[in-house]
Amino acid sequence: MADLKLTDVAKTYGGTVDVLKNINLDIKQGELIVFVGPSGCGKSTLLRMIAGLEKITGGTLEIDGVRMNDMPPAQRGIAMVFQSYALYPHMTVRDNMAFALKLAKKSQSEIDAAVDRAAKVLQLDEYLDRLPKALSGGQRQRVAIGRAIVRDPKVYLFDEPLSNLDASLRVATRIEIAQLKEAMPESTMIYVTHDQVEAMTLASRIVVLANKGIAQVGSPLELYERPENEFVAQFIGSPSMNLLPGVIEKTGKQTTVKLDGGGTAVSAVPTQTADKGMKVNIGVRPEDLIETTGDYLYEGKVNITEALGEVTILYFAPEAKGVDPVIGKLPGIHGDLRGNLVKLNAPADKIQIFHEGKSLLYR
Amino acid sequence: MSPLIQGVLTIIIGVGGCIGYFFASNLILDKVIFPPKGANPGRNINRANMVRPWLFLLPAILALGLYLVYPVIGSFWRSLFNRAGDEFIGLGNYITMFGDDQFRISLFNNFLWVLVVPAAATFFGLLVAQLTDRMKWGNIAKSLIFMPMAISFVGASLIWKFVYANNPDIGMINAVRDFLGMGPVDVLQIPFWNNFFLMVILIWIQTGFAMVILSAALRGIPEETVEAAIIDGANPFQIFFKIKVPQIMGTIVVVWTTITILVLKVFDIVYTMTGGNFGTEILPSYMMSYMFRDDGRATAVAFVIMLIVLPVMIWNIAQARKEMR
Repeated sequence: MADLKLTDVAKTYGGTVDVLKNINLDIKQGELIVFVGPSGCGKSTLLRMIAGLEKITGGTLEIDGVRMNDMPPAQRGIAMVFQSYALYPHMTVRDNMAFALKLAKKSQSEIDAAVDRAAKVLQLDEYLDRLPKALSGGQRQRVAIGRAIVRDPKVYLFDEPLSNLDASLRVATRIEIAQLKEAMPESTMIYVTHDQVEAMTLASRIVVLANKGIAQVGSPLELYERPENEFVAQFIGSPSMNLLPGVIEKTGKQTTVKLDGGGTAVSAVPTQTADKGMKVNIGVRPEDLIETTGDYLYEGKVNITEALGEVTILYFAPEAKGVDPVIGKLPGIHGDLRGNLVKLNAPADKIQIFHEGKSLLYR
Repeated sequence: MSPLIQGVLTIIIGVGGCIGYFFASNLILDKVIFPPKGANPGRNINRANMVRPWLFLLPAILALGLYLVYPVIGSFWRSLFNRAGDEFIGLGNYITMFGDDQFRISLFNNFLWVLVVPAAATFFGLLVAQLTDRMKWGNIAKSLIFMPMAISFVGASLIWKFVYANNPDIGMINAVRDFLGMGPVDVLQIPFWNNFFLMVILIWIQTGFAMVILSAALRGIPEETVEAAIIDGANPFQIFFKIKVPQIMGTIVVVWTTITILVLKVFDIVYTMTGGNFGTEILPSYMMSYMFRDDGRATAVAFVIMLIVLPVMIWNIAQARKEMR
C-alpha cells in the first residue's frame, strides 16, 4: 500500500552494456501498472530491480519515500509472483504460503489465520495439504499469488504470471487477478507482460518500454488514441497502425497531408504555418479505415483477405519489397474485394501525424 | 604380431561382431521367422516386434549370467567345502568365521567405515559443490578436488603413506608435530583411531565423486525457487538447508548409498597401508588374507559381504529409479 518512485534508474551490465537508462516513474498507491514492450526491452529486468533481485546501477528507487536501492528484497515490503510459479516443490501448499511468515518468526496462530484467509480468497482451502505437483497450472499460480497475499506487502510484483497457462485458463486467471485487485483497492501492483490484451484489460496505467527507456506512460486508451510516437502507435493495437509518408500541405486547426502514394489525408491534429512542407508520416489504425468512392487517403490493390466473420482484414499489395503492407479492417464480410482496387479514407480525429517518429500532438 | 595390431584387430572383431550379430539376427527375424507377408503379415510384424528386444538383450544376459550369476552361485557352493575343496562341511566355514576374533574386528571396523565414509564424502561433496558454484575459480577448485577420483586406490594409498610417514622429513603430520616440538608418531599404529586415518583416504577420493553429482543436482534446482525464498526473507543458510537440500534429497541418497556400496568393497587401502594389522582389518581385506590359502573361508566372507551390500544396493537402485522419473 504505497507510492513508488523511480528516479533516473539505470541498469548496466559489466559497466559497458546498457540495458535500461533514464527511467523516471511515479507510481501512486492503488495503481495497477503494467510494463509492456517487445522481448528484450528490459521490462523483467526493471521489475527485478524493484524486487531487489537485480542491482540498480544508477538512479534511485523509493518506496513510501524511503530509498530502497540497497535494501534486501525481504525488507522492501514487496512480494513477487513468478512466471514459472516458483513454488517450493517439497512443501505443501500450506507450507509454501507460510514459509515467509515462519521466517519472520510470526506466531503459529497468526500464520494459520493469514494462510486460511488467503486460501479462502483464492479457493485453495481443499488443497492446503497437497504438494505443488498434485495441482494444475492454474491452481499453482493461485498458490503463488497466495504466497504473495499472505505477506501483506506494500507492492505486488507480477512477472508474466499468465504466460505458462493455456489460453482458456489465461483468460480466467486474468479475470481473477482483476477481481483480486478490485478486492484490494489499496494495494499497488506492478505487472509485466508482453501480451497487450493483458495490458489493456488490467492496467490503470501502461508503461511501454522500448530502446532502453520508457516510450510512453498512460492509461490504456490514451496509448491507443493518442500515441506519443510511432513505436507506441504500432505496438499497441492489432493489427498494428498503418504509417504512410507524406508532406504537410495545409496547416491550421486541421492539417492536410499530401501522401506520397497519391491520396490526401485530413487530420484533426493542429499545426502551425511554419510546418507547411514538413515531411511526416500519418498514422491510421486498420479498424478506422472505411471504404469510399470519393476523396481517399489510400488506394491499393487487395492482395489477401482474411474473413473472420465479424470483420474482414484486407492486406494490400505493398508499394515496394520490404515495405509493410497497408492493412485494413472492415466490419462485416467482404470476401469479394480480393484482387480489386479499393479506396480508403478515415475520419479526421482518427489520423495521427508523426514527424521523425514523434507525434505532433506532443510538441 | 605387434600388440598394437593385435589391439586394433580385437576392436575391429569385437565391434564388427556386435554389428554383425544385431544385423544378422534382426534380418533372420524379419525375413525368415516372421516375414511381413503370407497369410498374416500384421500378426507377423507384431510378433517380430515382441521378440526383437530379446535379441538386443541376449548378449548382455549371457555375459552377466556367465560373469555375475554363475560366480555368485559357484562361490556359495565353494564356501560349503573345506580348505582343499574336497570335503563338504556344510556351514562349517561360517561357524568358524563367526567364532574368529579377527572376523568380529573386521565386521566392527567395516561398520565404522560404512558409518563415516559415505557421510563425510557426501557432506564434503555437497559443501564443495555449493561453495564453488558461483566462484570465478570454482571450476579449478572442482577439478583439483575431482582429481583423486582418477587415481587408483593403491596409488592413493602410496601418496598417503608419505603423508603419514613416521619421519618429520617426509610425513606431513610429523612435520607439523616436529615444528611444534613434539616427537614423531606413527598414526597408523594408534589403536582404534588408525581406522579413521585410513578412512580419510577414501573420503579424499570419493568427495570428488559426490561433488560432481551434487553440483549437477544443485544446478538443476530452478533459480526462481531460490529467488522466491530470497524475497520471502530467507538467509543463505535457510536457502541452502530449507530450499536447496530438500529439493536434491533424492540425489543425496543415491550418492550416499553408492559410496556405501563402494566402501563395502574396498580392500586395497587397508591392504596397502597396514595389511590389516594394528586392528584395522575390514571384511574385504579379511577375505583377501584367506584367498588362495583357504578358498572355503574366503568365499564364505565374500558371501557375507554380498549379503550386507544387497539391501543397500536395492535401496540405491530404487532411489535412482525414483530420481529418473
